[in-house]
Amino acid sequence: MRVTITVNGEERVGEVEARHLLVRFLRDDLGLTGTHWGCDTSNCGTCVVLLDGEPVKSCTVLAAMASGHAVRTVEGLEGAAGLDPVQQGFIEEHGLQCGFCTPGMMLTARALLDKNPDPSEQEIREAISGQLCRCTGYLNIVRAVRWAAEHPAVGAVDANVTAGSTP
Amino acid sequence: MTAVEETVPAPAPEERPIGFGRLKRKEDPRFVRGKGHYVDDVQLPGMLHGAVLRSPYAHARILSIDTTAAQAHPKVKAVITGATLEGLGLAWMPTLSMDTQAVLATDKVRFQGQEVAFVVAEDHYAARDAVELIDVEYEPLPPVIDARRALDPDTPVIRDDQEGRTDNHIFDWEAGDKAATDAVFAGADVVVSQEMLYPRVHPAPLETCGCVAWMEPIDGKLTLWCTTQAPHAHRTLYALVAGLPEHKIRVIAADIGGGFGNKVGIYPGYVCAVVGSIVTGKPVKWVEDRSENLMSTSFARDYHMRGEIAATADGRILAVRVKVLADHGAFNSTAQPTKYPAGFFHIFTGSYDLEAAHCEVTGVYTNKAPGGVAYACSFRVTEAVYLIERMVDCLAAELGADPAELRMKNLIRPEQFPYQNKTGWEYDSGDYPTCLRKAMDIAGYEELRREQAEKRARGELMGIGLSFFTETVGAGPRKHMDILGLGMADGCELRVHPTGKAVVRISVQTQGQGHETTFAQIIAEELGIPPEDVDVVHGDTDQTPFGLGTYGSRSTPVSGAAAAVVARKVRDKARIIAGAMLEVSPEDLEWEKGRWFVKGDPGMGKTIQEIALAAHGSLELPEGVEGHLEATTVYNPPNLTYPFGAYICVVDVDPGTGVVKVRRFIAVDDCGTRINPMIIEGQVHGGLADGVGMALMELISFDEDGNCLSGSFMDYLLPSALEVPAWELGHTVTPSPHHPIGAKGIGESATVGSPPAVVNAVLDAIGVRHADMPLTPGRVWQAMHGGVEAPQ
Amino acid sequence: MQVPAPFEYQRARSVDDALALLERYGEEARVVAGGHSLLPMMKLRLARPEYLVDINDLRELDYLRLEGSQLRIGALTRHRSLLESDLVGRLFPIFHDAERVIADPPVRNRGTIGGSLCQADPSEDLSAVCAAVRAQAVIRSGGGTRIVPMSEFYKGPYETEVGPGEMLVEVRIPVLPNSGSAYQKVERKAGDWAVAAAGAAVALDRAGRIAEAGVGLAAVGAEAVNAHQVEDALRGNEPSEELYAEAGRLASESCNPVTDGRGIAAYKRHLAGELTVRALRQAVARAQQAARSATDGREA
Repeated sequence: MRVTITVNGEERVGEVEARHLLVRFLRDDLGLTGTHWGCDTSNCGTCVVLLDGEPVKSCTVLAAMASGHAVRTVEGLEGAAGLDPVQQGFIEEHGLQCGFCTPGMMLTARALLDKNPDPSEQEIREAISGQLCRCTGYLNIVRAVRWAAEHPAVGAVDANVTAGSTP
Repeated sequence: MTAVEETVPAPAPEERPIGFGRLKRKEDPRFVRGKGHYVDDVQLPGMLHGAVLRSPYAHARILSIDTTAAQAHPKVKAVITGATLEGLGLAWMPTLSMDTQAVLATDKVRFQGQEVAFVVAEDHYAARDAVELIDVEYEPLPPVIDARRALDPDTPVIRDDQEGRTDNHIFDWEAGDKAATDAVFAGADVVVSQEMLYPRVHPAPLETCGCVAWMEPIDGKLTLWCTTQAPHAHRTLYALVAGLPEHKIRVIAADIGGGFGNKVGIYPGYVCAVVGSIVTGKPVKWVEDRSENLMSTSFARDYHMRGEIAATADGRILAVRVKVLADHGAFNSTAQPTKYPAGFFHIFTGSYDLEAAHCEVTGVYTNKAPGGVAYACSFRVTEAVYLIERMVDCLAAELGADPAELRMKNLIRPEQFPYQNKTGWEYDSGDYPTCLRKAMDIAGYEELRREQAEKRARGELMGIGLSFFTETVGAGPRKHMDILGLGMADGCELRVHPTGKAVVRISVQTQGQGHETTFAQIIAEELGIPPEDVDVVHGDTDQTPFGLGTYGSRSTPVSGAAAAVVARKVRDKARIIAGAMLEVSPEDLEWEKGRWFVKGDPGMGKTIQEIALAAHGSLELPEGVEGHLEATTVYNPPNLTYPFGAYICVVDVDPGTGVVKVRRFIAVDDCGTRINPMIIEGQVHGGLADGVGMALMELISFDEDGNCLSGSFMDYLLPSALEVPAWELGHTVTPSPHHPIGAKGIGESATVGSPPAVVNAVLDAIGVRHADMPLTPGRVWQAMHGGVEAPQ
Repeated sequence: MQVPAPFEYQRARSVDDALALLERYGEEARVVAGGHSLLPMMKLRLARPEYLVDINDLRELDYLRLEGSQLRIGALTRHRSLLESDLVGRLFPIFHDAERVIADPPVRNRGTIGGSLCQADPSEDLSAVCAAVRAQAVIRSGGGTRIVPMSEFYKGPYETEVGPGEMLVEVRIPVLPNSGSAYQKVERKAGDWAVAAAGAAVALDRAGRIAEAGVGLAAVGAEAVNAHQVEDALRGNEPSEELYAEAGRLASESCNPVTDGRGIAAYKRHLAGELTVRALRQAVARAQQAARSATDGREA
């Protein structure tokens, strides 16, 4: 069956089986491998993308169900002006180690900050409570989101210069 | 010699350390853009997909396997069974513990989830659908699930594939002096004994294990993208096992989404994918799903321990003895150095100055998934630290002593280092009392005890738990330590380009630890080349020197040392070339980071970049000195390293429900010289979360038929951001005297040290001598109301 | 990753359309809304419907409104909407208590009240919540509409009153004066199924006695979704710690928990009592607060 999904602002069309999950459509059909997967029971949240602006687990949404809707993946965070403050925050505060949970975490952070520009630590922890991280122990993720809340201007720091420099 | 440093403030943002210091990670730009390259991202033209058929039984004879329907599926390209592999001599493979493991079952299945057949199909869906079409007839056999029954007479023999085997016994091993220890116990004022289980848990990295195998048919080269923490070891093993010429095997570790020891071993799925590629002539991708990961890949722990501690009446610890029953599952596939079947468990003497110590470990087979060493792989150091830190608290409870005071009284003193413990280890360096005092200060220990007393009077349950751990990591000296005969020494290669940039090739494998940054920092520290100018190459056996990989916190102690040594070789050669450039003798030159200059005439010098250009140029070099600027080394560590730390956990327990809330966690770590404090802190944070998870919720459990009850994240619970507090960190620095840069490694310290701190805190809150992990609300409540059994 | 067995997919354009599709495909068809109960079961191949009828386009089923003295909740209302609704929080704080601990935020963005109630997992929270607040389920079919009280809606684990060719479209909850409600749940970690949970809703009379009481237990093998003995013991009495203790005792006795990975039966039985006491205490406190505000309001 045919699906039409607006992904990162662009209309994408595919021919899929009904059982094709949104995460597979993004990864296999569109080559957007920034969205990952990590479990079979909708627990780990590695696959989180934004569906009509809200974080959802893309392993538990059929591509068919997303047809006619808008999806934002990690590839859609960076704009023409540079990295999203959330992406920059994760670099600044060492909010990632292996990087596997990171796309989902950043998208949830983005959605949170869009609704609540000044979240408390507790609010951040609640927002990411459906997503596991095995590397960071969560504290630096919270700090990364706080950094983004405190530096909301996109492209405030040049991404190419920051890598390998002092936080 | 020890040196203790207070916390230094972070450098100002404009400063970018050339060398050690807080430095943002070089690898981050690709990850924050979703451009990491993990194994499941690998797409090759014509790539096929594999799926594994697994046993539903824990123990059963295979009567027949009918693959006709699966083979008839229009999209299926191959169906491989144990019989297929037997023809290739590949139905069994050696494990990292000198045992054998079935790749695909032939005679019997020996754990639920064991691999029985492998389907290769055009797409992922077809592979999964076709697996369901394979018809296997089983004759169930009684399973051996309780390790404590594994050696009973008349227990079914699991490994009847081994000639002459009549029981489920794997090994006996001991360390220490039994007679001396028994004598001390016999004369001691106080003896406390306690049985405790370190239950079976699983490292559960977020990315499951997988590979893409591509046996290119024309030149016969096998390229294997794989989630492997030890690419070279895997490559050599495939050569030995499959008879493929080693120079025709290339193992590439892609970006790895967490390893934690889960990605050390070679899994049957990898071998099947390789065979699948050979048989079909196409690349074959196999990535396991989460239930496969939890049910069949390397678990951790499962140590049934009985500890005893002997002390004087006034609290001087004299001796510790331990008996361990180790459940290794159906095949002994633990990654251990050959001479150490129980790993480094004999570090159970911990951080205390004992007069005597002895341990006995017996390993047994059960009808469960194979493994045991993973999740802070640490070669059983995790089990040892839990044992001793629980025993010390049991002793404190017996004596009515404060657990911090009791530890302080018995810690090895700074002047005793290097310290020979009673089981054969030489601890390299440490100032333990300062570390403990620092943790207590950060925690406000005395104030916490006052608060606890007030709360107790009101019936509120608050607990404070300590752990003072010493690890032994960085395996290790090749004379003593090898895995399957491969000595644990690692290589490193450094080349400085004509324009002064550099490339360092390392043998270890990051899975998030930040090697692309930290190794550049080591080179920067030694040579003064900025980290952004140093490319760190890892993961591809075609492009890196041989080494045993990353686990047991060995990257910094072994490969980090190699990087420092090779940089110094380059620096020494640079000195000679600088001398030729400046027309002085090399002995007349002095080094400051980044340049050689004439002693007493600092204006006369050459930077490393200038030297590099000259090394590639037409400069006449002294007799016997070759051009270019590069070096290689193989570092054979003289000893292991001994990171340590003092942890304090504060919990509140709801007496009506048993729910535990971790209020605070204070961690003061000493990993010797600190290469990148930001990365060190991140490593500690992650490990502390592991400890909360294991102490309170993680468990791989089975029913009496051997059905795994923890095959998904609905049942294998991992902490979220709501279950853990904001970690409070401190550090001390006692450099390792034998390590070129004094660094000890940090990767597993927190995972090792934190579980006993949490458990000690909960038991302190509820006033119970001992209860086994995981301390879920129900188990806490049961412990408060008459006792709780070890979990199955 | 695991994938479902093949199936056919249809998107319903209206409630009537959905009903017609269900009628046509019969037993092999399942409705999918949020999908977070059904899709995981399908991926593990424990559920293998041949047809999925996607009702996510039926916006007309996504609403929260007060009609007279009834709160009406469309079946497609997402968990998140319930949690964020001031109206719901004001009238029935039990929903907020429960939603805070149902699954996690991304799941709550998709899961619906209709899906949870129709899934009827014995550990599921909204069934107990709806039982406590004496909700009614509005079920539609091609032949019309029928209204069923919660106590009859939930028939047992994974079994509801919704029959073939029928759909749950709305949940109606009576708004009573001087009422309060609360939910108490123990879970091993955030987002886990309940080890045990108790929901209580009370309405007080002018004298401050409990005029109406609803108590629902989750995950403890209760025979019915309403804990009738507990409710009967509460009705007509003055709130007190002794009353709550008696209610807790009856709650413990009325349930039939099983020993599993979440806890032993004795522990769950204890929790049934302990959480009933806590839920009641809180529900009464909220009801008393509501009564005071109402009095203040009348006096002002």
